[in-house]
Amino acid sequence: MANSPILIREQRYHQIKALLARLRLDASARLVVLVDKDGQQIAVHGELGELDTTSLASLAAGNVAATGGMAKLIGEREFPTLSHEGERESIHISVIGRVLLLVVFDDRSSLGLVKLRSKQVSQELAQAFAEVERDSQASAADGSLPFGEITDEEIDSLFSQP
Amino acid sequence: MLRTQPTKASMTFINYASREINCKIVYYGPGLCGKTTNLQHIYDSTAAQSKGKLISLATETDRTLFFDFMPLELGTVRGFKTRFHLYTVPGQVFYEASRKLILKGVDGVVFVADSQEERMDANIESLYNLEENLRSYGYELMKLPYVLQLNKRDLPNVVPPADLTAELQRKGEPVVEAIASNGVGVFDTLKAVAKQVLTELRKS
Repeated sequence: MANSPILIREQRYHQIKALLARLRLDASARLVVLVDKDGQQIAVHGELGELDTTSLASLAAGNVAATGGMAKLIGEREFPTLSHEGERESIHISVIGRVLLLVVFDDRSSLGLVKLRSKQVSQELAQAFAEVERDSQASAADGSLPFGEITDEEIDSLFSQP
Repeated sequence: MLRTQPTKASMTFINYASREINCKIVYYGPGLCGKTTNLQHIYDSTAAQSKGKLISLATETDRTLFFDFMPLELGTVRGFKTRFHLYTVPGQVFYEASRKLILKGVDGVVFVADSQEERMDANIESLYNLEENLRSYGYELMKLPYVLQLNKRDLPNVVPPADLTAELQRKGEPVVEAIASNGVGVFDTLKAVAKQVLTELRKS
């Protein structure tokens, strides 16, 4: 079983952030978030305000997982995009391999524009994330993970405070 | 539509830019065994700066419909913040499809057993279901960080811990007696699984 952690190096992280920044601008979006399919937030760019992006990431993954389950029941592999339109704020989610691209937008933009721009950036995001996976496998293979040397005392120390 | 490589099994996320490790822990078990109560207690007794929101996707009658979720920050190891994402699954049998979805990408599992005599069959069925659902993602319970919690020890009609352990323990995993409704054993359970998850990082 492949069991190596996903490692995001700084350079790759900034590359992903730059792609999100460009998408946000091109789509006139409020916020762009890249989320792993299992609910971990990878990167975010835009007007955060008080928004709880950790919960947003987890719920987006749950949402995609649930609609993916429905897709399979009717004989589809998955639904590659999802959109939720609200009175003022809307959300568009694209499934790009194992990551989800989530765009939050309001009436400064439109669903059509967000869809178009999301699609345009998805190839580059897929490539960037494929690199992340290659980095992770390489680090696992050559033993250069940061926690290879972690001691029992260090782990215990995390639990010493209530 | 573009595709990257197919989904892999493990999901620990290490971000060098934000100096964070993120791990996913799932509380599993039969309906009404106290999974949500475990999370609620952790949420209520954790300082505001260490936790995010507790999200509960529940029915009108407060039964878990899809999942409960809360992020919890434990502290720093080697300059990295350790964040645990805690999830519960819906316990009721007919929510099988949603329950399975939550297990995807799990780093550690807590099985919350209901100690009451009349729930023994439900425990066994749920444990069997856990193993089956893990296998469908290519995981083996035997290789996964795992803790068995014997919950509801305060009720009158409970099975003795030794008997429950004999019936439900799978691989010498830590067994914690608990009364989640007043917090007994809740943090011991979390620590036992979190330690295993971090120890696993050393191995990988």
